[in-house]
Amino acid sequence: MEHQENIFPEVTFQPAHVDNAVFTKKVIRTTVILSVITLIELALGFVIYFMHKNAEYNHALVLFIKGVITILSLAKAFYIVSIFMHLGDEIRNMIMTIVVPLLLFTWFIAAFLIDGNSWRSLRNTEGHSKTYVEPVQEVQPEAKKPGSVE
Amino acid sequence: MSTAQAQVQTKWWGGGKSPFNLEYGKVMMWYFLMSDAFTFGAFLISYGTIRFSQNYWPDPNKVFNAFPLMGHANLPLAFVSLMTFILIVSSVTMVLAVHAGHNMDKKGVVKWMAWTIVGGIAFLACQAWEWTHLITGEHAVLIDGKIQEIGTTVSRNPWGSEILGLEHGEHHVTKTGPVAFGGYFFGITGFHGFHVFSGVIINIIMLLMATNDVFERKGHYLMIEKAGLYWHFVDLVWVFVFLCFYLI
Repeated sequence: MEHQENIFPEVTFQPAHVDNAVFTKKVIRTTVILSVITLIELALGFVIYFMHKNAEYNHALVLFIKGVITILSLAKAFYIVSIFMHLGDEIRNMIMTIVVPLLLFTWFIAAFLIDGNSWRSLRNTEGHSKTYVEPVQEVQPEAKKPGSVE
Repeated sequence: MSTAQAQVQTKWWGGGKSPFNLEYGKVMMWYFLMSDAFTFGAFLISYGTIRFSQNYWPDPNKVFNAFPLMGHANLPLAFVSLMTFILIVSSVTMVLAVHAGHNMDKKGVVKWMAWTIVGGIAFLACQAWEWTHLITGEHAVLIDGKIQEIGTTVSRNPWGSEILGLEHGEHHVTKTGPVAFGGYFFGITGFHGFHVFSGVIINIIMLLMATNDVFERKGHYLMIEKAGLYWHFVDLVWVFVFLCFYLI
């Protein structure tokens, strides 16, 4: 099968030509990884669901599971960008111009979530005018039947 | 010429060539996607801030528990998992379309682009069902001392905490939940859905160009690659929407 030619003079070299067998193997492997990670995330989602059924569940453990799910999502993002979008095959300079600016997100997420938390604390202490008391955890009723009042 | 050799010997910043070894269109698509990532990031982080500032937030497993044609069955996470898999599969068919383009295989490009479009439309249909279900599914809520039946909109949220001892028919009566819930949900999934929709339109245009031999005449299928980057990005954003709204 003929391969498309390099028609852009500014492009110095084309990525090494991969033959179909190698390509197919790579795509199948990535698809399996993405699917398996999604299934693990769903399983952990159900673990949280069943833990919530008990009114006095372990908050720290739920937070830990949510952290694990977040890290798994970042792994999925890595595979999509690196393999499906071929960023992993580009030259290092190109990779860096995308990845380095995205590091701003670490500040962005930390700053705003801390701000949200401080806002909650102000709410519960009426602007630091009284001592903080952890509010009573209000309970949402068991899943109502969808469209139940029709 | 091997890749490693080329990198050692090339003066990337000497002029006359792309220092990133990519053509203009692809570089610009990457930078557009990066800026779009910040837009989505800003929305999701703003949602996170509001959620952190509240003492109470609805449990996604209790809000999103329905499945089409399954009546009143309690199926948390099921429908949204289906949507996630639809997007992953359509991403894979897009990879196959791009690969067929590399090999100048017009038939392959047309076939895989068509499947990608089918996946995109299936996802949009799922989202339409989910929105309709959320807006029209009414629940008993105590508002101003009166029990009212309301659905989820950008201004009303029936997913509050339980009022013990108060029943309406066979159902629990709740307080109203945080108003921001509906606004963020419809705003962010809507913005993502709009990306999927425009992606489907772009893919349809690519399909028509491929069937009309536009790329054969050009001698390359690089347009498919750029459309592919956009499509994978839509899948990438869904990973985080799925994470923030349904899983945690």
